[in-house]
Amino acid sequence: MPKKSYRQAINEALRQEMRRDPRVVLIGEDVAGGHGGSGEIDAYGGVLGVTKGLITEFGADRVIDTPITESGFIGMAAGAAATGLRPIVDLMFVDFLGVCFDQIFNQAAKFRYMFGGNARTPLVVRAMVGAGFRAAAQHSQMLDSMFTHVPGLKVVMPSNAYDAKGLLIQAIREDDPVIFLEHKTLYDTEADVPDDAYTIPFGEADIVRDGDDLTVVAFSAMVPRCKAVAEKLAKEGISIEVIDPRTTSPLDEATILESVERTGRLVVVNEDTPRCSMATDIAALVAEKRFYNLRAPIRRVTAPHTPVPFSPVLEDLYVPSTERIEAAIRASLGDPARIAAQ
Amino acid sequence: MTLHSVTVPKWGLSMEDGLLVHWYVEPGARVGAGDPLIDIETPKITNTLEAVDAGIVRRILGNTGDTLPCGQLIAVIDDAEASDEEIEAFVAQSVAEIAAQQQNSTVARIEPQLVEVGDERMRYLAMGEGGVPVLFLHGFGGDLNNWMFNQPALSDGRHTIALDMLGHGGSSKAVADGSSASLARASLAAMDALNLGKVHLVGHSLGGAVAMEIAASAPARVASLTLICSAGLGSEISRDYIEGFLGAKRRRDLQKVLELLFADKALVTADMAEDVLKVKRLDGAEEALRKIAQANFPDCIQHEGTRETLASLTVPLLTIWGREDAIIPAGHAAKLPGRVEILEVAGHMPHLEKAAHVNALLVEHFAAASQS
Repeated sequence: MPKKSYRQAINEALRQEMRRDPRVVLIGEDVAGGHGGSGEIDAYGGVLGVTKGLITEFGADRVIDTPITESGFIGMAAGAAATGLRPIVDLMFVDFLGVCFDQIFNQAAKFRYMFGGNARTPLVVRAMVGAGFRAAAQHSQMLDSMFTHVPGLKVVMPSNAYDAKGLLIQAIREDDPVIFLEHKTLYDTEADVPDDAYTIPFGEADIVRDGDDLTVVAFSAMVPRCKAVAEKLAKEGISIEVIDPRTTSPLDEATILESVERTGRLVVVNEDTPRCSMATDIAALVAEKRFYNLRAPIRRVTAPHTPVPFSPVLEDLYVPSTERIEAAIRASLGDPARIAAQ
Repeated sequence: MTLHSVTVPKWGLSMEDGLLVHWYVEPGARVGAGDPLIDIETPKITNTLEAVDAGIVRRILGNTGDTLPCGQLIAVIDDAEASDEEIEAFVAQSVAEIAAQQQNSTVARIEPQLVEVGDERMRYLAMGEGGVPVLFLHGFGGDLNNWMFNQPALSDGRHTIALDMLGHGGSSKAVADGSSASLARASLAAMDALNLGKVHLVGHSLGGAVAMEIAASAPARVASLTLICSAGLGSEISRDYIEGFLGAKRRRDLQKVLELLFADKALVTADMAEDVLKVKRLDGAEEALRKIAQANFPDCIQHEGTRETLASLTVPLLTIWGREDAIIPAGHAAKLPGRVEILEVAGHMPHLEKAAHVNALLVEHFAAASQS
């Protein structure tokens, strides 16, 4: 299978679905990459080059470059979805969510429910998440828990190029609004990605690595980090199971619960801030449903409850590091020597 | 005096390195061709590397626990009595040659290719040159990677092609009626498109039934026929496998189903199951597989019309079966014409589980067929 980057995988998913279904359109700031600027069309393909080549292939009727008006174009996309198109709208940085709360939470997410199941809203909102780009407090958040909190939205966080393509194609074919969160630091990561179209169902966790001693549940860019820690610890004979739920809504509770039943230990790793977050949500789930299987307190490894710092030194401290993940795992395993060594 | 190098093999397209798990030999040991040398683990599967050349193991250059790149020298076998200086010189030269090969970017990575056959697209992997070509046809739900332990070994001085049948791997998912006859027509068309005249045909499971159809409809195109745990020779086929394979959506469920294929269940790794799942997720793949299952084993009972076809063929025939085949019973090999080999401690995938033995049988069979 050919190696492709996360960026290429997303581009390929968009391109293949636009070829397959004429109702699929792309809407957002700079998706045409240079359109309306100095005259060169398709110069960039968005801020990080994900939509490169699409305006050239599909034209300005289907790759719609918008002004900086998230509330306007997200609302337009929700309406277009309710009336027959299948728009993919690019919010660019997830941090811009704030200006289009109503369109997403109170409109798109509610149509199916409020119209007695008769309305369909096949809308995909793509957005970049995460720190690590030195982009400061207003361009570095995760915010995945905010979307997950709202009934009526499906929320997807691919952790690798293979999943990104299959989950995005699935998202485009869904009849409900889907929030598709792409981590900035993953765009250059590569995986084997088939050339043909494929789908990965929502609500099916990927068991990234099988293990018996402890369960790690991780999301987005934290998945490769946790995998690396698990591989390191495997050399010491410590067997870590790493679960990537892939979608936070729906959430594959069964896979997490089954794993904790076996291991009795849970560490949840998420880059989001900890209050009311996915880390907290999964900790609550396991505490409520598998308390008697637990052999150690559940541990969460998250960002602190602060805005993302602009200082590179502080930003590096903000994001859960492999060291912090490893320390939480060792503490959970309860080896006194290991705890003392931290 | 001849010195032979033993290197980390390349099993399958994605293998870049291998973990040395267990040496069966020590320096000074005498080995015969086919003797086990070492178990090597890849993320997909663990396999035993066997000696190609007889002689004395003079050097072992990789330790258990090392992960080494494909092509790296790990042992030297001596069929006479070379001096230590000669061995050292040989090692130095081998290491330099391998390093030069790896640096030489013109040594193209072998990748599968696509061929247009009518309106459809078929994927194949070609290796080696010369001789009567060998065409490998995988089984139900498989693909060209199933031959990863066989194709490289047989492609020394021989043109070999592993084909993805329609509905499988990287080939189109339009399978017409899904019958073995229609899969055979498409495979023959691929042979035409690839300018393969006469071939040694090797078919596994469903691919065996397809191979028999090809041999019956185009006998002039078949130099020899090899059937491995073939479909089409009796009515039984494992319902647990067929329904389990079609129904499994998750890696762990599929892994349990795939374990039915092997005598040694430990051979099925998470990565192997994940790879199969990736193929099943492709648009149209599951529908194509269901159609093929329905056409060839409706309600998990096989059509067995091909046994009579086989009796009428004059092409040299070799049948290989794993004694512990839990998918199609080895009893289906009874009363077949030609040579029949039942391999012990092997299940439905003897070409993976007992690769060296199967490869040796194939080489003999091809040689005998060219003499007849």
